[in-house]
Amino acid sequence: MYQTREELDKTAQDLLKKYKDLALTPKMRAEIPVQQMPTQDPGVRIHNMNEVAEGYTEAQVKVEAMRCLQCKNKPCVQGCPVGIDIPAFIMKASEGDFKGSNAVIKESSLLPSICGRVCPQENQCQKYCTMGKLHKDVDQAVAIGRIERFVADYSREHDCDVTPEVAPSSGHKVAVVGSGPASISAAADLRRAGHEVVMFEALHKAGGVLVYGIPEFRLPKKLVQRELDGLTKMGVEINLNFLVGRTQTIEDLMKKDGFEAIFIGSGAGLPKFLGIPGENNVGVFSANEYLTRSNLMKAYDAEHSMTPEWQSEKVAIFGGGNVAMDAARTALRLGAKEVTVIYRRSETELPARKEEVGHAKEEGVKFMLLHQPHEIVADEKGRVTGVKVITCKLGEPDASGRRSPVEIPGTEKVYPFDTVVVSIGNTSNPLIKLTTEGIDTNKRGNFIVNEDTCETTLKGVYAGGDIVLGAATVILAMGQGRKAAKAMNEYLAKL
Amino acid sequence: MNKIIFKQKLSSEVFKMVIEAPLIAEAHKPGQFIILQLGGDFNERIPLTIADSDPEKGTITIVFQAVGATTHKLAMLKEGDYVANLLGPLGQPSELEKFGKCVCVGGGIGVAPLYPIAKKLKQLGNEVKIIMGARNKDLYVMKDEMAALADELILMTDDGSAGRKGLVTEPLKELCETWKPDYVFIVGPPIMMKFGALTTKPYGIKTVVSLNTIMIDGTGMCGGCRVSIGGKTKFVCVDGPDFDGHQVDWNNMLTRLGTYKPQEQEAHHKCHIGLHIPEGEA
Ligand SMILES: Cc1cc2nc3c(=O)[nH]c(=O)nc-3n(C[C@H](O)[C@H](O)[C@H](O)COP(=O)(O)OP(=O)(O)OC[C@H]3O[C@@H](n4cnc5c(N)ncnc54)[C@H](O)[C@@H]3O)c2cc1C
Ligand SMILES: Cc1cc2nc3c(=O)[nH]c(=O)nc-3n(C[C@H](O)[C@H](O)[C@H](O)COP(=O)(O)OP(=O)(O)OC[C@H]3O[C@@H](n4cnc5c(N)ncnc54)[C@H](O)[C@@H]3O)c2cc1C
Ligand code: SF4
Ligand code: FES
Repeated sequence: MYQTREELDKTAQDLLKKYKDLALTPKMRAEIPVQQMPTQDPGVRIHNMNEVAEGYTEAQVKVEAMRCLQCKNKPCVQGCPVGIDIPAFIMKASEGDFKGSNAVIKESSLLPSICGRVCPQENQCQKYCTMGKLHKDVDQAVAIGRIERFVADYSREHDCDVTPEVAPSSGHKVAVVGSGPASISAAADLRRAGHEVVMFEALHKAGGVLVYGIPEFRLPKKLVQRELDGLTKMGVEINLNFLVGRTQTIEDLMKKDGFEAIFIGSGAGLPKFLGIPGENNVGVFSANEYLTRSNLMKAYDAEHSMTPEWQSEKVAIFGGGNVAMDAARTALRLGAKEVTVIYRRSETELPARKEEVGHAKEEGVKFMLLHQPHEIVADEKGRVTGVKVITCKLGEPDASGRRSPVEIPGTEKVYPFDTVVVSIGNTSNPLIKLTTEGIDTNKRGNFIVNEDTCETTLKGVYAGGDIVLGAATVILAMGQGRKAAKAMNEYLAKL
Repeated sequence: MNKIIFKQKLSSEVFKMVIEAPLIAEAHKPGQFIILQLGGDFNERIPLTIADSDPEKGTITIVFQAVGATTHKLAMLKEGDYVANLLGPLGQPSELEKFGKCVCVGGGIGVAPLYPIAKKLKQLGNEVKIIMGARNKDLYVMKDEMAALADELILMTDDGSAGRKGLVTEPLKELCETWKPDYVFIVGPPIMMKFGALTTKPYGIKTVVSLNTIMIDGTGMCGGCRVSIGGKTKFVCVDGPDFDGHQVDWNNMLTRLGTYKPQEQEAHHKCHIGLHIPEGEA
């Protein structure tokens, strides 16, 4: 049942009153219901680009924080890729000290308002939460991510978020390639140490996937811009429209321009296709193209944007990750009548965040599970008219640990569609590798780095994020950016 | 921000601009292009070939035809104005060497990107014949520059207002039969490149075309520029823009170019009203 923000807030207020001045036992804490995230009404939100999840109210965040048991052994922390002191920030939130709470998070993570929105919490911190274990249901875990988001937003809105201090000039000069989460966190930590930091971004806008991939309704772009403004305030120079490898090479940057160390966070920006017949027909898009048109070029605003977006009635989305969910939900907002996610395994294996799958379903996205596309059919003008799929069943677990899809012969069938968005993932962009001697990659094209320092096989050149991990997550990219920056600071100190 | 140093109207709808872009000028090789965006959130990104560059002055030259909304807006800029965003040089440089007898075929605005290629071919010691096609005599671009470097310049117009009346494929076919070139390079409207490539095919002459697909990023990220080359999918922005003209799936390329036709026509119409440009004028 859909509840409005006001209704949810009312319930939380009542709970706060009920528990006021009571010494809470673990049992009592366990009885407090998980606070639902207030969202825009599904019927309304598919007609706008505004953020779907509206964020907890103050009462809700306090109630949710009350559910935390403050476990001595902090199991949740081990599930956090950057080791945020979770119980400590929740404690402060429960006391209403949101500024202090945000400060605790900021010791380990630089982008809480972003991570609080996009981290797959159910597979990280919340997976290990004692409260969830108690209920034998991860959905009953303390909503760590939602609390994180609240305190970060609160600090931003109340202007009590501090710009990190910058050490006096070290006299060293470093370059950061790309401007996604890996590069943002590396740049901040490098600049903090007093180095001159120059960031190079190929697109005309910084932020990486956060601006060109993840839609506005999930991550408002002004939040990303704020983080970049923070970097500029610290003195990081952001150079847009600069493709490292073409405008200048890594070697140019080091030999001609005097950069003593380089961090590469160029991401996994090369779209994968299935290689099935008909994939180049008109009306077939990679998720990157589809989403970039909408997000970066603002094609959803047809009135103002000069970049057109393909108009469709029936859209097929190939894939089942976050990218697929974003593409599906974007298609609805662009006016598609019907959107179907075609995924070759079952619902349990869907790699997308659970919350996003839930939101997609509420919005009316259909799921054709256990189906594998075999061909994209077109009319005589080369425009998509349908997709031929084959039914699958689940077989033995494969290398990923998930049960693998097994096609059932003779079950091919063509369904009508006028648009296909291929969202089966991205691999690393080969440009830097191709134009730089000495950087080794694995067979998937990911940079090989020293696990402790993130240094590549080329001295003084470090890398992190999706270019190393393959398409991964924001928090992992950030974690690597920080790890690399730490090692780079040590490296520069020895020069 | 890149300053426009020089602007010239070459014909009723074709413009030449020299723009400050020192790093691009320094790295540029023939065959490469830039992506341009006019600033703000709402402008689109469009690819344009680098027609020339001057590393000493730190400038690049673009020659563009005002065909739609963005190119019209660009055409309205004046000397001293700035182009907000310029990314480049993009794409693989053209693979040029001493082939012997070369024919360069340029259609309409395609002559601009052809110029640095023809120049380089000449420098490499090739014998270079150039065929230029246009709808009428007023639409030729860079004719004098081409005439200066060509061993022979053949002019064709659709209406017979200059040179011979007819399509560029006619003299191309004659040259294939009589002169027997070793190498043909064609840049122009896709339909012209298609028929140009079909013309040389029976003679087995190596024919390279420079493809102009729809592009967004120009870095290999979106896949929007993909074409089918000899049955394999390639990205024009990173694998091209030059390809073996005999391997291109032209029908697919042409249909993909028409993806946004209705929206482009509407935008074009709106832009003529919004910018107060009379129809038929750029
Ligand atoms: C649609 C979509 C949805 C996603 N949803 C989630 C989610 O919900 N939660 C989550 O945790 N993760 C999500 N991810 C994954 C997450 O966004 C990435 O893991 C993360 O952004 C990787 O960060 P990065 O810094 O390594 O690179 P990126 O964010 O990819 O940034 C790389 C930047 O480098 C630039 N660049 C590349 N090459 C060059 C060069 N040669 N010179 C200059 N600049 C260059 C690119 O233009 C880009 O801006 C999603 C990804 C996509 C595509
Ligand atoms: C690698 C490359 C190099 C190019 N170099 C040049 C150049 O040097 N000079 C030049 O004038 N143009 C060049 N083009 C074409 C140029 O990019 C388009 O003319 C431009 O994108 C049109 O933008 P618009 O918004 O003004 O028109 P739109 O409103 O987008 O389109 C108007 C009309 O132009 C056609 N069109 C749209 N995109 C293209 C395209 N990419 N190529 C051809 N026709 C198109 C449409 O079918 C439509 O009829 C190049 C294209 C590529 C891919
Ligand atoms: S595991 Fe859960 S209950 Fe325990 S401290 Fe962490 S968030 Fe609180
Ligand atoms: S233009 Fe995006 S991949 Fe080529």
